[in-house]
Parts: sequence; C-alpha cells; structure tokens
Amino acid sequence: MSESLLSAAFLIQILRISIPYALPAMGATISERGGVVNIALEGTLLISAFFTTLGTFYTQSPLFGILCGIVAGVVVSLLHCFITVYIRADQIVSGIGINLLALGLTKFLCQIIFNSSSNSARIVGIESWHLDDLSRFISNPFIPGTVLVLLCVHFVVYKTRLGLRLRAVGENPAAADTLGISVAKIRSIALLFCGALTGLGGAWLALDQHSFTDGMSAGRGFIALAAMIIGRWTPAGAVLAAILFGFSESLSIRLQGSFGGVQFFQIFPYILTMIVLSGFIKKAVPPAADGIAYEKE
Amino acid sequence: MMSPARLLERPSVRSTLSAFLALAVSIGISTVLILLVGRDPGEVYDLFIKGTLGSPYGVGQVLFKATPLIYTGLAAAICFKAGLFNIGAEGQLTIGAFCTAAAGFYSHMLPPFLAIPFCLLAGIIGGGIWGLLPGMLKAFFGVHEVINTIMMNFIAAGLVNFLVGDIFSVPATVHTPDISGSSFLPRFGAFSGYFTASPVNVSILLAIGTCFLTYFYIYRTVPGYETRAAGLNPNASLFAGIRPSRVIIRTFFISGAVAGLVGSNYVMGYKHYFELGFSEGAGFIGIAVALLARNNPIVIILTALLFGLLEYGSLTINTMIPKELANILQAIVIISIIVLTKIFDRLQLRLGKGGV
Repeated sequence: MSESLLSAAFLIQILRISIPYALPAMGATISERGGVVNIALEGTLLISAFFTTLGTFYTQSPLFGILCGIVAGVVVSLLHCFITVYIRADQIVSGIGINLLALGLTKFLCQIIFNSSSNSARIVGIESWHLDDLSRFISNPFIPGTVLVLLCVHFVVYKTRLGLRLRAVGENPAAADTLGISVAKIRSIALLFCGALTGLGGAWLALDQHSFTDGMSAGRGFIALAAMIIGRWTPAGAVLAAILFGFSESLSIRLQGSFGGVQFFQIFPYILTMIVLSGFIKKAVPPAADGIAYEKE
Repeated sequence: MMSPARLLERPSVRSTLSAFLALAVSIGISTVLILLVGRDPGEVYDLFIKGTLGSPYGVGQVLFKATPLIYTGLAAAICFKAGLFNIGAEGQLTIGAFCTAAAGFYSHMLPPFLAIPFCLLAGIIGGGIWGLLPGMLKAFFGVHEVINTIMMNFIAAGLVNFLVGDIFSVPATVHTPDISGSSFLPRFGAFSGYFTASPVNVSILLAIGTCFLTYFYIYRTVPGYETRAAGLNPNASLFAGIRPSRVIIRTFFISGAVAGLVGSNYVMGYKHYFELGFSEGAGFIGIAVALLARNNPIVIILTALLFGLLEYGSLTINTMIPKELANILQAIVIISIIVLTKIFDRLQLRLGKGGV
C-alpha cells in the first residue's frame, strides 16, 4: 500500500480525476469573475459528456466528439446566459433548472438512441485507465491542453483589456457601464468560455470512461465550484485546488476497504470549502457583484 | 372591469399568470417531444390519465409521490419567504430520514403513540440541524448559503453512505434493517379500503397539516411576520428592530426540519427502512413546487400533487416514451416561470411608464 502511493499509476489517477475538476473550475472562475454564478456547471458537464459520446459514436473520431462536447457546453452555457444576463432572472434558480434539464434530457436521449436510459454503447476514447507509464499518459492531449488553457486563462484575465473589463464587470458593473463597457456583452463572452471549458471537461469524462452513463457528472460540477472558491477565484488557484481534490479522491480509492470511514476523503473537498468560505483559513471573498443581475437605470 | 394594464400592476396577478403560462409551455414542449419520438400525443395523454387518475390505485400512487414534494416544497418556500435560498433540502431530508430510521430501530419498547412521535421528532431534529449549520454560517460569518447548502448535500450523502454501508448494513443491499413495527405509519389501504395496494399512507395527512401550520406561522405569528419583513425589505426590517441573524437561523432550522419529515413517508409509511438514494431528487424538485405555488404554503399542496401526478404518470407511459420526460418538464417549469415572471415585470414597468 504505502509503496504504491507514490507510483506512476497513482499520479496518473490523480491527474485523471483532476482534469474534469480543473477545466470547469477555470470556466467557473471566468464566469464568476464576470459576475455570473454558474451552478449549471454540473448539468453542462453532463450534457457535454453525452454529446461527446454521441459524436464519437457516430464518427468513430474522438476529436469530433470533443468538438461536439465543446459545442454542447457552449449552448447550455449560453442558455444560462440568456436567462440570467438578458432576461436577468435569478442565477441560482436558472442553474437548478438547467441541472434538472440536463439530467432528464440526457437520460431521455440515451433511452431513445441507445435503448437504455442508464448507459450508452461503448465508444473509442482515450486510454488512461490501465496505464502505469507516466510519459505515455502525459502524451494524451488533455494534459498539455489543460496546462495551456491555464496559461491562456491566466494571461487573458490578468494581462489583457478583455480581462480587465471582465473583472470590472464582476466587481462594479455600474461603473463599467458608465465607461461604455457593455456588461451584457462581457458577461456573455465569459459564459461562452465557461461553457467551452466545461464542455472540454465533459468530453474528458466520456472519453476516459469510453461511454456515457446516466448522471456521470456525479457532482463534479459542484466540486469544480468548490475548487474555484478554494482557489479564491483565480485560475491557478482553481487548478491547484482541483489537483488537491483529485489527490484526496485517489487516496480514498486506494484505501477503499482497508479501514472504515474512508468516505471521509470523499467529503473532504466539501468540508474544506465550507471552512475556507467561513474564514477559518484566510477567508475567501467572491467578486462584489457576483450573482447579481445588472439592471440599467 | 379593470383594464389588463391595471390588472398587471398586481404582482399576484403577474405571478399567477406566469405560473399558468409556464404550465402551458411545458405541455406544449412535452407534446412536441412526444411527436418527435414518433408517438401519438393523444394516445400518450390518454394512457397517462388512465394510469394515474383512472383507478384508486393510480390516485394512491400519485398521492404517495406528492407527499415528499409537499415537505420539500414547503422547505424551499419557508426560506424564499425570508429572502434565503435553501438548495440543501436534499441533504436535510437525507439526514432527517436516516435519523427517523435510527429512532425506529430503537423504539421497539415504545407503544405506537410514543414511537411515532419519537421517530418524527428525530427526523425534525436531524433535518433541522442540517439546515441550521448553513444558517449559522450565514448569520455569523456572512457566508452565502447557496454554496454551503450544496456542500452539505454532499456531506450528507457521504455520511449516510458510511452509516448504511459500514454500520447499519444489510449484506448485498443499500438499505438499513427494518425499523420496529410500533413506528410504522399505516397505509390507507390497510385500514380504510381506499387506494388498495398503493403505498400512500398517513404521512400525507401530516404533510397537509404541516402546510396549514406553516401558513399560520408565516402569516399569523410574530416570528412569521419578521420572516416576511426580512424577505421583503432587509433594510427596513433591520431598522424596525428585527435581528437578521435571528431570522436567518430560525428560518433555516424550520426549513430543514420540514424537509426532515420526508422520511415519515418512505421510512415509516412505505419500506420501513432507510435506503440510499430513496428521495430521487425530491429536495430539488421542491424548489419547482415552491416556485409554481408562489411560495404559498396552501397552494403548495396543489402544485405538489401536480408534480406527483407527473412523476407517477411518467412511469405509466414509460413503454411509449421515456419516463425522464417528467424531469425535463419539471426543469422547463422552473426555467419558464422565472423567465416569464421577469418578462411580465418588465412589461408592467413599460405600461406603467406609458401613463395608463
């Protein structure tokens, strides 16, 4: 047990688990920095996993599947955008509605297309499960891809005019509006990127598992939100927190059955999030206008 | 006769209108989906009605499915009334139902008239404490309740996983052993001959009673008044001497306690054990129930029955169209109701500015 803890297989497992936390967590960071709370992340992840499966199933091409996943993620995210930014309805309720829709719709479509509401046919995907060769695992495009996404998101958010506008719109939309920045436009762009990144996360889930199963997002969208909070609404922080959660979960899988109460490692991310939010460990403070629809005077 | 513009000035008219329109939208979308799948909507709806309202058994099933939704709808509405969000009903009902079952294991020495209240109280306290925590974190540390209630849902799931899997396990199942017979809530079929063989039980009467109690609490008591005041205008209520922290903590406890009563239906009235995943997302659907009822505790009885009808009805038509249609429609009700309410609000503003 103890010697296997630092093995390549263990590191691979951590990365495997962290990817679908890290990508949506970065997406959520962008969205919330722009002032839109996106708890629809969970549903977005699920729908893109489904469409990745569908795209890959019909074309036998994982690359096309990934594209389908990204498009599906963007579409769902833009639905959230329409409801919250343009109609200005409540962001939380919209998220709950979209999550419920995703759960029902994917099962519904799965039943019609694959004749089973609980799982799809097997698809070609990315081999990562049984690998214990780290260099081969890292050569799959998702690992360098996630690092690249992190660098890009960090650069855009902190070093470009768009990023400055994004943060302005999330902190003080009225002031940004007076300066001629379109709050709705910036928030739409933010949600578009959030959808694309979450779609990529969903694509990984489907390709890693080689199929779609009902409810396969299994709370990962919420863990991603937790990672964003623990990362204090910064892209790099979100990714680090995602890896921390991946580590904790891998540990719980490794230790399964060895002693009682291993479930603690599964609930660790949630407890940590509550502690950090409460300020017991350096309090995390969200952007000032996070979650508030902007109403023009 | 008031002009339409004047009628729209009333918020209650606007929200009632959007509730009915949301239902119309979801019926429209379900018809389209049925056509897309290649079925005849008339046939599907016919089967739906026959399977649910066409027999006493069907009605009993609908009532059984509606019961947890009454509790979770109330839980959502109580918090909405105070301007708070409780998306933690799922966790609260999980902990509450487990506590109910746990109390049931140890109540075999008690006669039913003590065992039943004991189990209900366990559910109330379990759910209440699970609601109290995010409430306290909000009141004392100013942490927004949404993330915390979501986190508490997962913590609850992990906790019962551990308790059912490692402590109260029955080999090869995901449920606990049976509770003692003295804490069973009787089914209607067992004592009245109504709804024979369906699982509807006394818990639904308890649920309806809770609705009236909640109505009385919110509209006829001082703490209820404080709840509404804090929800309508936090600043004004603060100046009126209402302590927000007290309202938040109290409201969250009551909301969680009501959600904690869900176990009375499944654990005490139906299976007589606690099972992982028994609630099938009732905690989240309760939000739709509350929205559709505009948070009115009495109207919640009707909207919960409607959603119960949808849930059981979707099972009866599963051979023709996937039962997940129910989830899709619930989601569409949620989304269209918040969108329509906003649209009507804005329409009213525009009409108002037009100088009617």
